[in-house]
Amino acid sequence: MSPDFDIKYVAHLARLSLTPAEEEQFAAQLAGILEYIEKLKQLDVSGIEPTAHAVPLVNVARADRVRPSLSNEEALRNAPAKANGLFIVPKIVE
Amino acid sequence: MMLNQLTTWQIAAKLARREASARQAMQDCLDQIQRVDGRLHAFLSYDAADALAQAGQADQALASGAADKPLLGVPIAIKDVIAVRGQPLSCASKILGNFVSPYSATVIEKLREAGAVVFGRLNMDEFAMGSSTENSAFGATRNPWDLSRIPGGSSGGSAAAVAADECLAALGSDTGGSIRQPAALCGCVGLKPTYGRVSRYGLVAFASSLDQIGSLTKDVRDAALLLAAISGQDPRDSTSVPQPVPDYASGLNGDIKGLKIGLAREYMIGGLDPQVSAAVQAAVKQLEKLGAHIVEISLPHTQYAVAAYYIIATAEASANLARFDGIRYGARVEGADPIELYSKTRGAGFGPEVKRRVILGTYVLSSGYYDAYYLRAQKVRTLIRRDFLEAFAHVDAIATPTTPTAAFRVGEKSGDPLQMYLSDIFTISCNLAGICGVSVPCGFTENPKLPIGLQLLGKPFGEETILKLAHAYEQSANWHKEKPPPSL
Repeated sequence: MSPDFDIKYVAHLARLSLTPAEEEQFAAQLAGILEYIEKLKQLDVSGIEPTAHAVPLVNVARADRVRPSLSNEEALRNAPAKANGLFIVPKIVE
Repeated sequence: MMLNQLTTWQIAAKLARREASARQAMQDCLDQIQRVDGRLHAFLSYDAADALAQAGQADQALASGAADKPLLGVPIAIKDVIAVRGQPLSCASKILGNFVSPYSATVIEKLREAGAVVFGRLNMDEFAMGSSTENSAFGATRNPWDLSRIPGGSSGGSAAAVAADECLAALGSDTGGSIRQPAALCGCVGLKPTYGRVSRYGLVAFASSLDQIGSLTKDVRDAALLLAAISGQDPRDSTSVPQPVPDYASGLNGDIKGLKIGLAREYMIGGLDPQVSAAVQAAVKQLEKLGAHIVEISLPHTQYAVAAYYIIATAEASANLARFDGIRYGARVEGADPIELYSKTRGAGFGPEVKRRVILGTYVLSSGYYDAYYLRAQKVRTLIRRDFLEAFAHVDAIATPTTPTAAFRVGEKSGDPLQMYLSDIFTISCNLAGICGVSVPCGFTENPKLPIGLQLLGKPFGEETILKLAHAYEQSANWHKEKPPPSL
């Protein structure tokens, strides 16, 4: 495993708060998984194009037309906090 | 015989002849759920009144002579990862809270056009991440053949519900084997269509380049009927392919003479259970007797598939699951600023396996590691896809076990994620390569009696061929007629 795998840092990147017990457990389990993944380094992949998906389609476009979509009320129905037709979020700018 | 024990084509024919009512078929399913689901836990929820109302409408349509819809009045249950307007959707996760879908997935609209009664929310591993359904935030599903064992996953609720006759058929999703593996472990037929065959609109995304919706059914003819019903290009999913949808069921004629089936020498692995191996070999012999030619092939990059998969799938998952942040839907844990709100919400809302995969995916995409992990895995994916395209230049299908062992015990592997991942060895490559695959019952282990699955992999859009082979085998072997113990 990469010596600089810092679970606290990666959890921060992922916006995921972990308990100290989770940090310890996941770090150990992920160490085993990363060690297993290292086996890909045995392969010579020089000159091989990456595959992002397996569909024979490129640049699928649609007509740029206004179509029906969810109403404001429907879009907000599952919101954990809402008011005046808007999502409520913590203050972002002072 | 209770109507819930029939296949979809049998019940559809009975209903069309007015020998039974859709309402009674639905009621028989509900009665079976009442009887067994307390032990099985295949369903997270269902709306009995709504299901019976839909069935009543189907009866009215039948009474007015509209019997031309292939699934008219057939009760079909849905994995809790596919949106049905007005119904709850949780992906078996706490983070979605009391989410109710504001729209229906394309596959749901298509099932309704075909006349189906769409009901219930089936249990799964949280966000489809797992191979046992133990990762559900709402408790594991049990295997109807042995309640101390897992049903497989992530579509474990779908497989258990079909095997236990709680519904006539079910939809699931398959990112690395999540339809085929539980189908094998519960003794039903599981079909993962070719990537792009079925619209993913309304499917909650796990790994977008690998996910595909498919069916869990009691026999191969049902798989063909459901595939015809849900397939086709959809303007709302730009990865769905403009390929005509054949009448899959009409190709199920038992004539497999001259079809070539490949056996990959790389799949003769250690860790393959001897009883599973023997059952699959016997099935291949049977296919040969029915007229297929068996050809040895090589898929040289097989040993790298699990590693490549767990990089690509977790990378895509870490990006897809970023949307679950407590702002627009689902549960929220308040914080002093947005970052604290996101982190606390996600920390409280996601279960351990989802957290592990989000961290792994974030790491392999992070600055400095992208090339070493993610880009390299995508290149290995190219090699794996080439292996299959090369093999399919010589054979029409590839036969493998669906899983290395029969169903394991609840708790047996849940502490060791890597061991759990390695059990996906036979199913994962199919998603990386974007091809299709079906698992069909091919026997049972002894003491305890547990189902074994034969997997047939096919060319891109080669569903007709693998269904034809699976059907010919099924009809000559008749394993699909066996039912879980009545003591269930």
